[in-house]
Amino acid sequence: MTATDPVTSGGAGHVTDATPVLEAIGIGKSYGSHEVLRDVSMTVHSGEVVCIIGPSGAGKSTFLRTLNRLEEPDAGEVWVGGEPMGFELRDGVLHELTERRLSAQRARTAMVFQHFNLFPHLTVLGNIVEGPVRVQRRPAKEARAEAVEILERVGLGDKIDAYPGQLSGGQRQRVAIARAVAMKPLFLLFDEPTSALDPELVGEVLKVMGDLARDGMTMLVVTHEIQFAREVADRVVFMADGGIVEQGPVEQVLGAPREARTQQFLQRVLA
Amino acid sequence: MATARPTGTDGGDATRASSSGRDAGPGPTTGRDLLPQVRLKHWGRWISAAVIVVLLVALVYGASQGDISYRDIPYYLVSPIILQGLVGTIVLAVVAQVSAVIIGVVIALMRISKNPVAQAFAAGYTWLFRGLPVLLQILLWYNLALIFPRLQVGVPFTDVVFLDVSTNDIMTTFVAAFLGLALNESAYMAEIVRAGLKSVDRGQIEAAQSIGQTPLQRMARIVLPQAMRIIIPPTGNDFINMLKGTAMASVIGYLELIKAANNIASFNLQVMETLIAAAIWYMVIVSVASVGQFYLERSFDRQDRRPGGPPNARALRRKVAADLGRAPLVRSTP
Repeated sequence: MTATDPVTSGGAGHVTDATPVLEAIGIGKSYGSHEVLRDVSMTVHSGEVVCIIGPSGAGKSTFLRTLNRLEEPDAGEVWVGGEPMGFELRDGVLHELTERRLSAQRARTAMVFQHFNLFPHLTVLGNIVEGPVRVQRRPAKEARAEAVEILERVGLGDKIDAYPGQLSGGQRQRVAIARAVAMKPLFLLFDEPTSALDPELVGEVLKVMGDLARDGMTMLVVTHEIQFAREVADRVVFMADGGIVEQGPVEQVLGAPREARTQQFLQRVLA
Repeated sequence: MATARPTGTDGGDATRASSSGRDAGPGPTTGRDLLPQVRLKHWGRWISAAVIVVLLVALVYGASQGDISYRDIPYYLVSPIILQGLVGTIVLAVVAQVSAVIIGVVIALMRISKNPVAQAFAAGYTWLFRGLPVLLQILLWYNLALIFPRLQVGVPFTDVVFLDVSTNDIMTTFVAAFLGLALNESAYMAEIVRAGLKSVDRGQIEAAQSIGQTPLQRMARIVLPQAMRIIIPPTGNDFINMLKGTAMASVIGYLELIKAANNIASFNLQVMETLIAAAIWYMVIVSVASVGQFYLERSFDRQDRRPGGPPNARALRRKVAADLGRAPLVRSTP
């Protein structure tokens, strides 16, 4: 419990290593008559790195976004650090929370987006301390010192006062990762973090993510980078058509997939 | 390189070419002297310029022959009643515009809310107050007493009354003009604010959600600062319109520039002299407002350093800088 100490990120002190930091149970989601997710369940323990792979349209991103409730699932429960996302458990019944209280739950998680979504009107430092200072109400001085430290870790110690518009795509995504890490979240969600990058910039972002994984950060990564999954992930989840087709250790899912769909997919992307 | 040259050239050609005085740069060496060029004389431009100048002189001469005493205008410019009217114009415009911005933000938020009743109300509000002429709205408010002699605030269908006043006591010329101008403008402001809010990328809100910001924080810290870039330029235009629109309040007798000019003219019949004094004041306050708008826009642009800055603002900045005869105010981005 180093990088993912939940005590500093919202007071879920009762969480032990035995309790999963994240548990999704029977998640379902439809847009109109189109079923995007069907009964998806997943458990993630502290320190685990899970990569979610699969063809486009499989529902990977939608599933990831239900975990911090950017997307409201139609069915199922998401438990984050022992709390039901978006709900309060009273007398065995889940009561929906206000947007305000949901925000407090989200502050224990963090997300890295495909298109970075940095705040263009704030400096790099401003982007990173926004959450810790405004949301978590940590002292500005302490948050700034930490932000500088994180920026140095992602190799951008000299860009503190730059604006996002002055950075390359790879640098922006590393700032976005720093912004997420600064929240001291229970886990980090990555939504195709390298898909919008020029090919020569992918490496610098994957390297930062690999470093985080080795530091013990709990991570869920939706990605098309099979090589990254092979090197960094503890577990690989293969999704297709709104459901989990196969999941397990890296060697098994990527090395010796059992399902025909997984085999097909891997043949296509690795060809 | 030498093979590309026509035969019979030597090193001396380059010297001769550059000595012709036209070819100083490292252009292609042709191997012969450049031919002289005669530039087009733009006779049309000279003629049209002369015509414009002659017409302007004639216009000024004609104006000087008019039956008007220009000497009195400076006196009217600073006469107490015109200055009172000037204050009346500025106060009405500022109060109406500020109220319109506040109401406009509320209406815009209702319009984009998930509450269908609020949405419909906002749409109806915009439809009504944007649809009616401002002058008509001012007259309707001013004559409200004809249908509601007394205004009461209380609980309907009971005898509980908190406030009970004569409508004519409340509905002064200022209040009527204020309501007419502010409510009409608020409908336009609602549309401007809505466009500004919609211009902010959906991903910005998601990023703010992902770090746990509450709806209020998201609006105040992330969405509004970015929407301001879109909102400010048209708001500045609207304020300039508002400054001139206050003239309509003269119809119900509110003391602004036009009414002040008419008041003086009704004594001494110097209608044009006093109206020109009013016109000069309008030009002054409109010019001041334009300069203020320029600096306001610039301060919001500064916060958003996309590479090269927002194109429109940048072009405007350069244009104004050129107009003022100064070096461009464009900052060098590190």
